[in-house]
Amino acid sequence: MKGNVVLVSNLEADAQRRATRRSWLLSAPALLVLFFAASGPLLIVLVYSFLTSGEYGGIVWKFSTEAWFNVVFIRDIFDDSLGLADAHLRILWRSTKLSFITTAATLAIGFPTAYFIATRPRKSRNIWLFLVTIPFWTNLLIRTFAILEVIRNKGLVNMLLLKMGIIDSPIQMIFTDFAILVGMTYVYLPLMVLPLYASMERLDFNLVEAAYDLYATRAKVLWRVIIPLVKPGIVAGSILVFIPSLGAFVIPRVLGGGKKMMLGNLIELQFGAGRNWPLGAALSITLLSIVMIALLFYVRNMQNDTDGPR
Amino acid sequence: MTTTVIKKKPFSLKRQPGFGFIAIACFVMLYAPIFILIVFSFNIGENIAVWEGFSLQWYESAWNNEAVKDASVRSLVLALQASLYATILATMAALGTTRTRPFKGLTFIYVMINQPLMVPEIVTAVALLTLFAIIKTITGIQGMVYLVAAHTAFCIPFAYLPIRARLEGMDLMLETAAADLYATPWKTFQRVTLPLMWPGIIAGAMLAFVISLDDVVITEFVKSSGQETLPTYMLGQLRRIITPEINAISTVLVSLSISVVGVFFFIDRKFGK
Amino acid sequence: MRNETDRNGMAVGDVSAAINAENVTKAFGTGKDKILALNDVTVAIEENEFFTLLGPSGCGKTTLLRLIAGFDHPTIGTIKLHGKDISHLPPYQRSINTVFQSYALFPHMTVAQNISFGLEMLGKPKSDIKETVAEMLALVKMDELRNRRTDQISGGQQQRVALARALAPKPEVLLLDEPLAALDYKLRKEMQIELKRLQHETGITFIFVTHDQEEALTMSDRIAVMEAGRILQVGTPRQIYNHPEERFVADFIGSTNFLSAEVVSISEGDAKLKLSSGKVVSVKLPSGMVPEKEVTAVVRPEYAYLHTETEKNGDLSGKLENIVYFGTDTHYHIRLPDQTLFVTRRQNQREDAETFAVGLNVDIAFKPNSIQILRD
Repeated sequence: MKGNVVLVSNLEADAQRRATRRSWLLSAPALLVLFFAASGPLLIVLVYSFLTSGEYGGIVWKFSTEAWFNVVFIRDIFDDSLGLADAHLRILWRSTKLSFITTAATLAIGFPTAYFIATRPRKSRNIWLFLVTIPFWTNLLIRTFAILEVIRNKGLVNMLLLKMGIIDSPIQMIFTDFAILVGMTYVYLPLMVLPLYASMERLDFNLVEAAYDLYATRAKVLWRVIIPLVKPGIVAGSILVFIPSLGAFVIPRVLGGGKKMMLGNLIELQFGAGRNWPLGAALSITLLSIVMIALLFYVRNMQNDTDGPR
Repeated sequence: MTTTVIKKKPFSLKRQPGFGFIAIACFVMLYAPIFILIVFSFNIGENIAVWEGFSLQWYESAWNNEAVKDASVRSLVLALQASLYATILATMAALGTTRTRPFKGLTFIYVMINQPLMVPEIVTAVALLTLFAIIKTITGIQGMVYLVAAHTAFCIPFAYLPIRARLEGMDLMLETAAADLYATPWKTFQRVTLPLMWPGIIAGAMLAFVISLDDVVITEFVKSSGQETLPTYMLGQLRRIITPEINAISTVLVSLSISVVGVFFFIDRKFGK
Repeated sequence: MRNETDRNGMAVGDVSAAINAENVTKAFGTGKDKILALNDVTVAIEENEFFTLLGPSGCGKTTLLRLIAGFDHPTIGTIKLHGKDISHLPPYQRSINTVFQSYALFPHMTVAQNISFGLEMLGKPKSDIKETVAEMLALVKMDELRNRRTDQISGGQQQRVALARALAPKPEVLLLDEPLAALDYKLRKEMQIELKRLQHETGITFIFVTHDQEEALTMSDRIAVMEAGRILQVGTPRQIYNHPEERFVADFIGSTNFLSAEVVSISEGDAKLKLSSGKVVSVKLPSGMVPEKEVTAVVRPEYAYLHTETEKNGDLSGKLENIVYFGTDTHYHIRLPDQTLFVTRRQNQREDAETFAVGLNVDIAFKPNSIQILRD
């Protein structure tokens, strides 16, 4: 009997092992491609951040922490004194600030929008979703250009206001922080609406009904019932907006001109005219780290939610 | 003195004050800039706010522009290749990671596959730039292969998601039934799993196609001189203002996006559960 | 029809059995979380038999079915098909087909294509396939819908397609996993008759899984009552109903009265039991049972009569607590002196007035041979 047990139990374990091997084999090609053209190179960037900058760009294989140092500090070339790298810090600050404000703005606009779609009759919901999805799949560049056309000095808003006589000379909106903000909010809005909608679609309105039955006002229902229930959507949407905002490159380039740089532009500079690859690498790793922290926060939040009542 | 009867709206469970207004305003705001762009691509004049008459001249000049043609062709070829490879790889990966018993390393695979979605594009672009620089110096290989590889990589997660969703929604019993009816695992895949997966695969391929077509940042960094795609060309043309030619190109691309999304929704409605 | 079989329904050395499950155990999970879905199950299912696995959810009946079909392997034990060990064979190499509870019809194929699927997989020639499909469609009366897609037909029609699909490859055994559960009452009754007819016509062994004891009683040649991974009793419907050997079986099938009794004497397969009323009755002992001093006996409600106390020779007596009128039957609830509730059932003959009244002291008499001792 004992021999029998071992034999047949192995049958199961074997089947499982075969299934796992099959899974790895099927996933392997995708994983290889991703490793070489997506994940692996990140390691190279990390290594580069610890090397020395080459004369005409590129790197020299000599260990140095100069790049990391230069992220935050600057060494005066004349008297060797230490100072804060103002430009860098200003850019870091702008990036963080604008990303947060963008997230808040998209949340403020996106929440009612997602709610609106989720409360439409089932048949028409698809059409609304379709309308929200189209901008999402339109080229980032095109959408940025569209905003440019609207807010520049000879753009739509200014020309309209001038024509209507409300202003005398065009309002300078372009090439300001405001322009970048408008651009990012506009471009990343669908990224907030879609996850919010996904959460709201699952909302059990019986709970809302129960709240009203228990004397809650509309505002209270919103604050104490609806918002807590769609928290996963809020968090997901916020992350989906915050991360690309932080790493934005095209939008600040187009709408901020060369003057208002964000972290993405600063990084690009190091690989272009700035000729400081290690610094660019260090800045990239910094950006990546901030993103990882935000993601960790998201994952932690999701796990907490699955423990609590849904 | 007349007494007026104030007609109050009947209580609506789902209504929140002001939400409808903001939502509609949001939609208007989303579409207005694009709409302006499209409308003025047909404008005779260059000035955005002055309508001078209907004309297709910008479309003509874009059509005759060698650089535009070159970039368009390259974009299309690149997108077709990337979406093809990405879809095949993503299909295999989806088959390997869906509906299996959780095994060690499954989370790792998920993270790897979704990693392009989590890392800011600029960082990936920089990373690829450095890697390909090294490879180029060592092997001396030039050409489109780097762009194709890069695009395939970041298209994989976009193809993967709809395929996986479709696979997860499939009744597990169907494959069991097929085996019960004498179908070997390969035959089951051929006659049951694959046919039912098709809508997901097509959706994934279309998504990958659009994503590749749209890419600016990574392409900008990875390309060598002369390898312009449509988005990088448009970015390069930007000199404080946008030429109406760019408007025209944009309009064409927007119509492409709308068609793709339209087909996507159509497939979802027809074959979704 | 079968004669009295032994407790496990297996005649030793029985090679004519269609399916033999021998000492089958199925474990899920490991260590502390280990669950035995099947615990040392042995049963033989005969040729041309309508065999039912009956039990509440979680008893292991579906697990056993899956092991026979090949969707899972036993942890210990073997499954044999006509004497051949198939325990390690994948489902596509077993000449056994399944009708699934959810039907599992292929949504991207028509009715006809679903039915022909198994035959195509077996590589049968096209002309044969065409013929068999037509035959099957006629068998389940679905000719007009042959080109309909399966997601466009009703639940009852889907069920019939599932049946046809499983019968088309002419398997040696047909497994049915609660196939009637999703149908409404009337349809279910019709399908029960249909299934019985099909089994007779095709001569294929049917193994039917259900939790509905009424269904099992009406349809089966033999029933195996299962609970918590074990087979408690195998027998014909009559045997199971009239001679339940375990408390669970007596309780699960129909309703019954449980009586505690004292064994007074035993002789040659008979036992004399003293009931709580003091009356001594003679009962046949289940084979091989060595009873304790205290046993539990069961009597079905319809095998007990009420008399008014004047007759005073009942097996039990008590106070009539409640009279429940059911249209076809009347149930009488009698409270015995030891506080047990005893229920008797009487079929209403015609609209006669109720002869008994609540509060009366009554006698209960059992029909001869209607008491059964439980093995406990």
